[in-house]
Amino acid sequence: MKRRDFIQYAGLGAGALMMPSLLMGNNIPVEALLDPGMDVLTKKILADVALNTAKSAGATYADARIGRYLNQFVFTREDKVQNVVNTESFGIGVRVIANGTWGFASTNNVTDEGIKKATLQAVAIAKANSKIQKVPVKLAPVASHGEVSWKTPITKDFKNVPVSEKVDLLLTANAAAMENGANFVNSGLFMVNEQKYFASTEGSYIDQDVHRIWPTFGVTAVDRSAGKFKSRQAMSAPMGMGYEYMDGLASEKIAGPEGLNLYRNSYDIIEDAKLAAKQAKEKLTAKSVDAGKYDLVLEPNHLGLTIHESVGHPLELDRVLGYEANYAGTSFATLDKWETKNFKYGSELVNLVADKTQVGSLGAVGYDDEGVKTKQWDLVRNGILTNYQAIRDQVHMIGQNESHGCCYAQSWNDVQFQRMPNVSLEPGTEKYSIDDMIKDVDKGIYIAGRGSYSIDQQRYNFQFGGTVFYEIKDGKIVGMLDDVAYQSNTQEFWNSCTKICDKDDYRVFGSFFDGKGQPPQVSAVSHGSSTTRFNDVNVINTGRTI
Amino acid sequence: MAIYTKEEARRIMEKALSFSSADACEVNLNGSESGNIRYARNTVSTSGHRSNQTLVVQSNFGNKSGTATIDEFDDASLEKVVKRAEELAKLSPENPEFMAPLGPQTYAESKTFSEATAKITPEFRAEVADSSIGPASSKDVTAAGFLNDSAGFSAMMNSNGLFAYNKSTSVNFTVTMRTNDGTGSGWVTRDLNDVSKFDAVEASNVAIDKAVMSREAKAIEPGKYTVILEPAASIGLLQNMFGSFNARTADEGRSFMSKEGGGTKLGEKIVDERVNIYSDPQHPEVPTATWNGAGQALKKMNWIENGVVKNLAYGRFWAKEKGVDPVPFPSNGIMDGGDASLEDLIKSTKKGILVTRLWYIRGVDPQTLLYTGLTRDGTFYIENGKIKHPVKNFRFNESPIIMLNNLETLGQQVRINGNLIPYMKIRDFTFTSLSDAV
Repeated sequence: MKRRDFIQYAGLGAGALMMPSLLMGNNIPVEALLDPGMDVLTKKILADVALNTAKSAGATYADARIGRYLNQFVFTREDKVQNVVNTESFGIGVRVIANGTWGFASTNNVTDEGIKKATLQAVAIAKANSKIQKVPVKLAPVASHGEVSWKTPITKDFKNVPVSEKVDLLLTANAAAMENGANFVNSGLFMVNEQKYFASTEGSYIDQDVHRIWPTFGVTAVDRSAGKFKSRQAMSAPMGMGYEYMDGLASEKIAGPEGLNLYRNSYDIIEDAKLAAKQAKEKLTAKSVDAGKYDLVLEPNHLGLTIHESVGHPLELDRVLGYEANYAGTSFATLDKWETKNFKYGSELVNLVADKTQVGSLGAVGYDDEGVKTKQWDLVRNGILTNYQAIRDQVHMIGQNESHGCCYAQSWNDVQFQRMPNVSLEPGTEKYSIDDMIKDVDKGIYIAGRGSYSIDQQRYNFQFGGTVFYEIKDGKIVGMLDDVAYQSNTQEFWNSCTKICDKDDYRVFGSFFDGKGQPPQVSAVSHGSSTTRFNDVNVINTGRTI
Repeated sequence: MAIYTKEEARRIMEKALSFSSADACEVNLNGSESGNIRYARNTVSTSGHRSNQTLVVQSNFGNKSGTATIDEFDDASLEKVVKRAEELAKLSPENPEFMAPLGPQTYAESKTFSEATAKITPEFRAEVADSSIGPASSKDVTAAGFLNDSAGFSAMMNSNGLFAYNKSTSVNFTVTMRTNDGTGSGWVTRDLNDVSKFDAVEASNVAIDKAVMSREAKAIEPGKYTVILEPAASIGLLQNMFGSFNARTADEGRSFMSKEGGGTKLGEKIVDERVNIYSDPQHPEVPTATWNGAGQALKKMNWIENGVVKNLAYGRFWAKEKGVDPVPFPSNGIMDGGDASLEDLIKSTKKGILVTRLWYIRGVDPQTLLYTGLTRDGTFYIENGKIKHPVKNFRFNESPIIMLNNLETLGQQVRINGNLIPYMKIRDFTFTSLSDAV
């Protein structure tokens, strides 16, 4: 598949811009996905070639990642299949420390000779750069795990489901949207399997099999006479699951206000497409919002992106320290604020946890990409900033001696670095339903689904839209709104959090293609929450006349 | 060696096509060598080297097509990849929008390759980092930067007689300079085909000066302001505007270019009559290949002339449906400028804001091309023709269409991200809130 086609077909939202880098693999027949790949023993022998070569060449540390990355993407529009893409990428990345400096090289020639050459190149790069390195790399200690393995707990491997079944499902969803008043519909199904083998001079040999899936669509309704068009995106979430996510189980469905269907660990794409078409049409005549202060009741598939941008990114330690200053930026959540042990990130209700183990989440793995066993830890407890996200070579800078286990590389040919774990808002402890969030609001807006999002380079000022908006008056939803975006400041916003639904409403939002670094790399991450209320937030009207 | 000559590329592609038994077969062959260095906190953080070569084969039987890719080019591998594409084509669903490969085409020449860039070494990259970090540390400033250079070729051939070849090089450099007291930040970007025109010290000093000048910024009320947009600030909005120059979405009624009651804005005046935007792959300042990945010839093309939409891009399928000639998307954008330098623009401004760059630009409403984002790395208040003081960053909500209707003055052009864009003075640019970010 050609990149330009991919970009054209994948016009499914802003995240699409990051997708092409995942397609560096070779196109393969669908049957080749079922090839089990290289056996673990062979991988161990080859990884040892890298580790031994590195040590002989003077490296004080080395790790090798042998990766096989399998992707299957299906794209359709209305009654047409636009493309089915199967790709495979296989190779090895070797990272070393020599003269106290990192070096990295990779190759798709996974033989003794190819690995030795790449390893020597990594050592040579480390030595060349050590001339301008000011402070030697210092690694936090890590346990030696020996030979271990981990697998995403799936029940249906996408590779075993025929492509025709996937195509039929998307075309049925498209037809459902068209029958319910859509003028256009684009749908896509992204499925990823990372088969990763990690070995390091610390004595770990880790074999992992990671699965992710993301069904999505965009439905558009057009009113030619008025010259207007409106879109409604899918209410699905990308998940760390197998194809079982597509089962559409009634038991995993939550009834939202105004007939909205909200999905937990199982997604009904046909039902969602029908409703999307009706809502896209309804948006064409929805009332334009009056700008002002509103209490916002935010649904988890919307709030997830707000958590991602205003909590996930600012608490990445490498950003805080300035390593990302030239691209994504730095952070308002500086070390001096954290050191006071009293920095009020949010109201007392706000507990934000980082996690690399949650079942069904995009970030879940057994071990990170530098061999650290994964875990859960607090970022904000009772509203107070308590910790950051850090990996082996930086955690000592905040006086800790254990990596948090959130190191990741998008492929064997990219160097691993600190990436965001799942960051989630804990559900409330009091028993509250979605209705309980709405019934005592005089003037508010209920927002579901992701929309436009923008935040500054230190993560103070943000503006978020959404997929659907409903006006709340005197404790009741009174109709749909349009042209809504809220602007706030991260600390003010989280301190305006007044009420959180309990665990029965908890579900995860996900970002399949989160970008960071230079050259940029993508990673996938989930953000869980229950429906949550924020009082007195500034809402602007985004309608314009041209 | 990943960069093949025209004749080497031709031989590999001819061999691949010789294995085809499909109705038609088209192959794209690309290769590149690229290197990078990244630094932060006034020291190097990572660096790498990458060598890529890929042959993409697309075979079709009727309107069923399949694509396969390979990175080894011996005869057995070439035969394998062509057979794979054919197997995939046979298995794939019918695509009613499939277009058969083009026949022979004629392409103009474009000077996109520089020997100097192709010869960049890891030592050169380390020197660039060093010559950026050195001046920074001497001024109590911290540098974080990235240099990426690449040399490569692209070639294509098909069973209908088309052949194309191009060699190109590129250098991209960005650096963010932050004052050590955390109150000032500056940034600069440079992109070139020929590295011999690149001066890392000069570029780094621009960012250092901005960082030092932007310390202790004052807050002023958000609202509508006259702004001077550096090309690095306007390019994000302009590129987003180009995205709507797509005939199909305009015809379908789901684009800014769609017209109330049906039809498109082709031929209509949408912005100030001084706005002229065209593309030209042979422009000596921003050369690109003269053909695209589908083998279509890229020529000089007007998009906005005297404020009027002159062309929309038509893909081959949509052009056939509409009975018009295909119009490929442009490979660069050139906006006519004027004679005024940045200093001239500042001198002629009674009250306004100078904007270095806009950041985190996201679409808010595709109907009106409304975008939001923030100023970053050097935002200054101008009064009576002089920069008075730095100001805190703003969030904006603005449409490039409104922006180009509110044009006051066009300044000199600068190369930015492979485009040529002028400095612009714009009245009534909409800032909606303040940001504390430095």
